Amino acid sequence: MEPQSFVEIKEEWDIVGARQMGRNIAKEAGFGTVDQARIATAISELARNIYLYAGSGTISYEILEKMGRKGLIITATDSGPGIPDLSLVMEDGYTTSGGLGAGLPGVKRLSDEFDLRSEEGKGTTVQCIKWVR
Amino acid sequence: MDNAIKIDAATYKDLLEHYIKTRDEQSLYGAEQVSKSFIKKQILPDEIVNLYIQAMAELYPEMCKDVQASMDFLLETMIAYGLAHQEYQNLREEQLTLKSEISVAANMQKTLLGTTKPEIEGLDIGVVSVPAHQMNGDYHHFVKGEDGSLGIAIADVVGKGIPAALCMSMIKYSMETYPEESTSPKKMLTNLNKVVERNVDPGIFITMFYTHYLPSESTLRYASAGHEPGFYYNAETDSFEEIHSKGIVLGVTPDTEYQQYELPIYPGDMVVLLTDGVTEARDGERFIETEELLDVIKQYADLPAQEMVQQVYKHFERLQDFQLRDDFTLLILKKQV
Repeated sequence: MEPQSFVEIKEEWDIVGARQMGRNIAKEAGFGTVDQARIATAISELARNIYLYAGSGTISYEILEKMGRKGLIITATDSGPGIPDLSLVMEDGYTTSGGLGAGLPGVKRLSDEFDLRSEEGKGTTVQCIKWVR
Repeated sequence: MDNAIKIDAATYKDLLEHYIKTRDEQSLYGAEQVSKSFIKKQILPDEIVNLYIQAMAELYPEMCKDVQASMDFLLETMIAYGLAHQEYQNLREEQLTLKSEISVAANMQKTLLGTTKPEIEGLDIGVVSVPAHQMNGDYHHFVKGEDGSLGIAIADVVGKGIPAALCMSMIKYSMETYPEESTSPKKMLTNLNKVVERNVDPGIFITMFYTHYLPSESTLRYASAGHEPGFYYNAETDSFEEIHSKGIVLGVTPDTEYQQYELPIYPGDMVVLLTDGVTEARDGERFIETEELLDVIKQYADLPAQEMVQQVYKHFERLQDFQLRDDFTLLILKKQV
């Protein structure tokens, strides 16, 4: 396992940094162009959620090798207000209706595996895995 | 899906190559076919752009780096479209599920609210009730008394949609709980008003016309709770008149008392009861006039009551381009000669 890398999200500008690091790691890991673009988009969404709703947090990357497959784990962590109704934010059309972006359902679609944990008043962790095709 | 992409990728590349060489219509037609197959297999727009990029890289290994970069840029802009497309797809499926659930509810409503048109001596009854959407916000109900009398309720929920339609079953069961009141329209409405006031959301109102007919007296007793007035056809004078009545809609205040009226009917006379879906039928943007409605009714007056209401319904269905804007309920009583 390679050492973990991460980007801190504090300002909007950091979203670009997070995308860049994610894309570089994905490229090195052997992801195709479309998947690189999808990974970057997922990272954008996660980083923007941190920036907009939690104020600050981190996006971290980890390369995973399991049963001959290679994957990228992206973890977004913040200690913001948390999400009171998880089912609601995972509903299509809920966050996107205001034209804000793909929202968490979008991140889920962009990933192969997706996990979301949130504790009100404590923070939110989103983890997604993308496997190299 | 990955396999499908590989097969299509080969076809796509061949077609693209062929088109670049020949610029012929046939390859473009082929492109159209491939595109349809992509849609069928739910391949996302970003995948298609990627197919193009890959095909071009194979066809032109020496392609200018700037152009290559520009294509990556294009790909990036398609990712969000792909997501939006998946979201719409999903919402569409959800909508279909919802539709079928509503149709189950509508069927259930039909069963719950079912009423049989009774045989009453000397009275020919016709009724048609068609919802504008799946759930019907109109309601009619027959209560046949042991003394051979007939109670008829015709009602309309103000405030459409499923909740409104659902509260009609409550009305039906309340009516059946008070059989002794079915002979007194005034008492029936006073009672139902209490039920509606207590149990129904303040945003929902119900209008109802309730009438009781006793064949031995050939007289209609009736009361109205803000319901669209019906019409009485006087065979002797060959003319229609509005059936006058006063009364506030059900559910506004708990202690409303309703007034009761009487209308003697003679052989050849008709009584027309309806909901506002009939009187507010529209021809384009224009509401129909009452005279128009009565003319149409008169036109079919020689038919048995059931055929009559059906013909009148057909007339207005056609007039409104087969798209009802409101639930349509028409009930005609003919005193037989």
